[in-house]
Amino acid sequence: MPEKTEHLRLRRFAETIRLETLKEFAELGFGHVGGAMSILETIAALYGGLMKIDPKRPDWKERDRFVMSKGHAGPTLYATLALLGYFPIEELKTLNKGGTNLPSHCDMHKTKGVDMTTGSLGQGISTAIGIALGQRMDGSGAYTYLAVGDGELNEGQIWEGAQFAPFQKLTNLIAFVDVNGKQLDGPTEEILDPLDIGAKFAAFGWLVKEVDGHDVAAIYDAVTEAKQSGKGPYVILLKTVKGNGCDFVAEMASNHHVQFDKEKMLAEVEKTQKRLEALGGESA
Amino acid sequence: MRTYQDEPVMLRETLAKTMIEYAGKDTRIVALDADLASSSGFGAFQKAFPDRFFNCGVAEANMVGIAAGLSSTGRIPFAHSFGTFASRRVCDQIFLSGAYSGAHMVIVGSDPGVTAAYNGGTHMPFEDMGVLRSIPGIKLIEVTDSAMLRGVFDEIISSPAVYYLRLKRKVTTAVYGEGEKFKIGRANVLREGKDAAVICSGIMVAESLKAADILESEGIKVTVIDMHTWKPIDEDIVAKYAKETGVIITAENHNVVGGLGAAVCEAVCKLSPCRVIRHGIQDEFGEVGTESYLKTRFKLNAADVAETVRKAIKL
Ligand SMILES: Cc1ncc(C[n+]2csc(CCOP(=O)(O)OP(=O)(O)O)c2C)c(N)n1
Repeated sequence: MPEKTEHLRLRRFAETIRLETLKEFAELGFGHVGGAMSILETIAALYGGLMKIDPKRPDWKERDRFVMSKGHAGPTLYATLALLGYFPIEELKTLNKGGTNLPSHCDMHKTKGVDMTTGSLGQGISTAIGIALGQRMDGSGAYTYLAVGDGELNEGQIWEGAQFAPFQKLTNLIAFVDVNGKQLDGPTEEILDPLDIGAKFAAFGWLVKEVDGHDVAAIYDAVTEAKQSGKGPYVILLKTVKGNGCDFVAEMASNHHVQFDKEKMLAEVEKTQKRLEALGGESA
Repeated sequence: MRTYQDEPVMLRETLAKTMIEYAGKDTRIVALDADLASSSGFGAFQKAFPDRFFNCGVAEANMVGIAAGLSSTGRIPFAHSFGTFASRRVCDQIFLSGAYSGAHMVIVGSDPGVTAAYNGGTHMPFEDMGVLRSIPGIKLIEVTDSAMLRGVFDEIISSPAVYYLRLKRKVTTAVYGEGEKFKIGRANVLREGKDAAVICSGIMVAESLKAADILESEGIKVTVIDMHTWKPIDEDIVAKYAKETGVIITAENHNVVGGLGAAVCEAVCKLSPCRVIRHGIQDEFGEVGTESYLKTRFKLNAADVAETVRKAIKL
């Protein structure tokens, strides 16, 4: 298990990702801020230490891979990849602009470091399974990580994949469900109540863990434990808040896709900067 | 002379309003959405008829199957998602549970082609009509403006089939006046000229009319035909203008493979062979940006259409 200093480093990394992600949105004036924020600490834990990757070799065959099935959270992943040096940080300013390499949904051919194209919800679980199978066939020992939304669980394809992965004993697949309790039209409970998500996955043969999705250290530790167990596939249910860490968005009832004044977002950037400073040391 | 100006209302508002109006008189009408009711305007229908609206969650295939089942109990369901997910993601459900089973239902696919704008390539349907066009008996309509949308409603309700309405959600350009007549499967000839015929639909109608203005100032006179129904396509009109002008340009916010251009070519080959130049998306994927950036990127502006016409005439 990582030491305290390691946890602190991860927290700083998460705050730095938030800083850059919010700047991306500030530049644009709108976006899928809610879902981008709720998955943020998970991405920080993955790219801040859990994943075996090399930013200099984005196509390295033996690398771990990440499938952002809720592809509209791309901006958080882009900020992370830029911070790691996959492409220049200034490129983040081009989010969604004509001719950009950073479209609103993840695109593996446009963005260096993105492992799979997504945007049509539900498809990421299948591609992640395919990647994990391929890695196993290659004997590379690499892992595949997958993030899906709780609204996305509505898609039947999720449950086709959910049935297949444990049957294939995919111990190198670790999935996350971003349980922020909201989808596009409203609270998941009111649109299509998911009931007991953990029990459902367990019934399909998954090993289930639950963590505070905004505690980057807890996520890090949960994944490390899962890997050490040698078992799988695991699904980690992230208890999250849609818009977390971007206060005015988190406070909105409907915050899937939001439009805002630049000033408002810059104030959140400022707050994030302060939080980062409070954590001390260099930004990641 | 045809004019064109931005409509004061969004097309989704017209759709919801018209559905509500008809549903008030006709209890068969029900509506479904797949977690996009706040985008489609179906939220207004839900408010008006809470017992006749079903939000299926992010589960388009299930939604279309449910719609087909509802149809078999005598209802007329309207089911919406973005055009990408309302076509390619649910193709088999539309085919088998829908068309093959003789369902009477309306699939609404929003954000056609470049109008998907900021949602980017993954959400940009250049293929929706093409994917669905080979389904027997399906009726494919690309709606130009609010007057047309209202104008085809009676027939949609009274004449059972699986319909796919390709519809821009937001502000569009008005071409038609209130009370103009529309018939599904009958094109509207908006302007006549002997030098070439431009066959178009959706956002390309206004662009083609503008192109006709540009060309007119150069002494080139073109016919502009709004082919709102891609299937069944109006073969008679295609044949007539193939004979009269000898050169057809199709203009579509869709892949030319399998799209309007392809449908027109089929009719031309069958009835009156002539040259057809297919102006539209040249077998590419979409990308992210503003609608105006994308119209330039994919050559969907009036000036681009005009240039294609000039070249076609010279060939
Ligand atoms: C197949 C498909 N249908 C619909 C959409 C439109 N859409 C994008 S995000 C979203 C809601 C997703 O909710 P959730 O998975 O909970 O995401 P989060 O709250 O984490 O952002 C919808 C309906 C889509 N991208 N793909």
